[in-house]
Amino acid sequence: MNQQQAFERRIDEALHNAQLRQNFRSAMDGIRQRRAEQFPDEAQLQALREQVQSIRSYSLQNQADLLEKLEAKLTENGIQVHWAANPEEANGIIANILKAADAKTVVKGKSMVSEETELNHYLEEQGIEVIESDLGEYIIQLAKEPPSHIVAPAIHKNRVEVAELFQNFHPELPYTENIDELTETARVILREKFAKADAGISGVNFAVAETGTLCLVENEGNGRLSTTAPELHIAITGIEKVIDKLTDIPPLLEILTKSATGQPITTYFNMISRPRQEGELDGPKAVHLVLLDNGRSRIRWDDELLDTLRCIRCGACMNHCPVYVHVGGHAYGSVYPGPIGLALEPQRLGLDKAGSLTSACSLCGACGEVCPVKIPLPKIINRLRAESVNNQEASTVSGKGALRHVSEAWIWKLWSMSYSSPALHKFISWAGTRMSSFIPNKLGAWTHYRTRPTPAKRTLHELAKSAGIAND
Amino acid sequence: MTDSRAHILNRLRHHELTPQAKAPVYQKPLGLSKAQRIKSFTEKQQAVRGEVVLLNGSWTDWMDKHFKDAHLLIGTGELGDQASDLKNAKAITHYDQPIESWKPDLFEQIDVSITTSHAGLAESGTLILKPTPQEPRLMSLVPPAHVAILDANRLYENFAELMSAEDWSEMPTNLLLISGPSKTADIEQTLAYGIHGPKRLITLIVNHD
Repeated sequence: MNQQQAFERRIDEALHNAQLRQNFRSAMDGIRQRRAEQFPDEAQLQALREQVQSIRSYSLQNQADLLEKLEAKLTENGIQVHWAANPEEANGIIANILKAADAKTVVKGKSMVSEETELNHYLEEQGIEVIESDLGEYIIQLAKEPPSHIVAPAIHKNRVEVAELFQNFHPELPYTENIDELTETARVILREKFAKADAGISGVNFAVAETGTLCLVENEGNGRLSTTAPELHIAITGIEKVIDKLTDIPPLLEILTKSATGQPITTYFNMISRPRQEGELDGPKAVHLVLLDNGRSRIRWDDELLDTLRCIRCGACMNHCPVYVHVGGHAYGSVYPGPIGLALEPQRLGLDKAGSLTSACSLCGACGEVCPVKIPLPKIINRLRAESVNNQEASTVSGKGALRHVSEAWIWKLWSMSYSSPALHKFISWAGTRMSSFIPNKLGAWTHYRTRPTPAKRTLHELAKSAGIAND
Repeated sequence: MTDSRAHILNRLRHHELTPQAKAPVYQKPLGLSKAQRIKSFTEKQQAVRGEVVLLNGSWTDWMDKHFKDAHLLIGTGELGDQASDLKNAKAITHYDQPIESWKPDLFEQIDVSITTSHAGLAESGTLILKPTPQEPRLMSLVPPAHVAILDANRLYENFAELMSAEDWSEMPTNLLLISGPSKTADIEQTLAYGIHGPKRLITLIVNHD
């Protein structure tokens, strides 16, 4: 099965799963409503978008310098910095740090970058126990599933499914479908893990170069616990997350939380600048940061595509995407679903591996309108879609033309010829109207859910002419 | 490892971009009075189930009245000294040992912690905490309830205003923005409180002129 067929099969499964569609529909409707309520003033929203766009662009324009500055400042602060070109290297670095510290159990805060590297799987193979501590992440870890949304990973599950999972894994605890009680159950289970874990692993939302500060945005407190209770903290992030100054934080934080969940601010904003200092009584004694490239530096080579890297992972694009809302995150089969996934994954992995994702777009433009950092997502998706079938143009994206079909290419060639030759166009449209009975009723996938279009008896040109409208 | 560092930086420098200046800082209108700041802070906290009290007497009297028979956790600073005034506590633990020596007790025994706060933000209803050796990081995180004392004169309008009013060139080990008790919406997007951090966050506002 090629990537396109596999993708279509996953979409088909998702569309026929009524429960899944209901779960997504209600969740996405609510989240969009709450976001809209946070931005009552259109002019203020646009001013804020302009500002954060320029903050993120500045950080990409000066990325190498800022990363060096970040590294120098973190090192001065006592945080150890590691560079990883690919997921294997990142996983190896983290496993080595854990082994050197003799750490056997790890509590993890939410990190999409660690999903990219499949870190949990790797560490478990090395005999290290990894517990996801974000409630959503914990639920899908029990279910052995990947996240279906980058902010709300278990959004595809309803309370009954969660209740059954908890019952299976913790039969000693009373069965409940009440969300407050399920939350309390998770608190009880995970508290013990936090108290006993040897190490904590987390992602990073913003890494401030100026002060050497790692910033984490969260509501639950699991991120704080993972980065404070154990003696060792390892953070992993993509190289694009670096920002210049501390004063860049307030607008970024505001637009991130409002865009992501429709909250004016999250419960916790955690700014970590050092490991435990002399005289301090808690906090990790060692803090590490792993900076992962994994294809990002190449994305930066193209002046248009590099806008993809401005992303602050709020998920607003998927919440507003008509395709995502219907099929959910798993149908994409990629780490990052939704519009940002369509833009990022083919660039990260190559069009030959993920180019078919770009077909999951109706070009409605909603994602581009809500993106807080103004990534031109529709434009980027459209361009990648073209490059996935066009092998002519030079591109920094690998696997261009991988989805090209000879027959499709010929149809478009004929189309283009007919529209550049009036005589040929006239002949084809004449033939189409006069010989419509020869067009078969079944036209492949097109007619699965549609009836075959029937051409008119006479062409538009003929009708216009007979109505006395002058030609040309 | 160093190879990857050079490799990544080389790739980034392979395509130099024209640096552009950042857009001007978007400033919101300022000008809330102290009373308005207290009001906004209170409303925003209450919207996320945070409790806010305008303190009339001493915090120890308030604790005696509202947390009878509770096991209290207090730091070793000024508040720690004042804790001797407490009459109704079941037990008082001073955080004066490294966490390694008493971690299970912190997770299992403590009912409520009391800390100071560095500042507050009116617009978002946010407490700023700067943990110190006298008031360590886990105090505001592990106990089921956290009581934070906030000086009303330390209420700023928003994060940007606080940053510009102070010198933040050297950051402390950890700095926290806390806006309400711990919460989650990971099951059916339904809000539930007290998932990992404190289930209750109570701000005692001290308002001297």
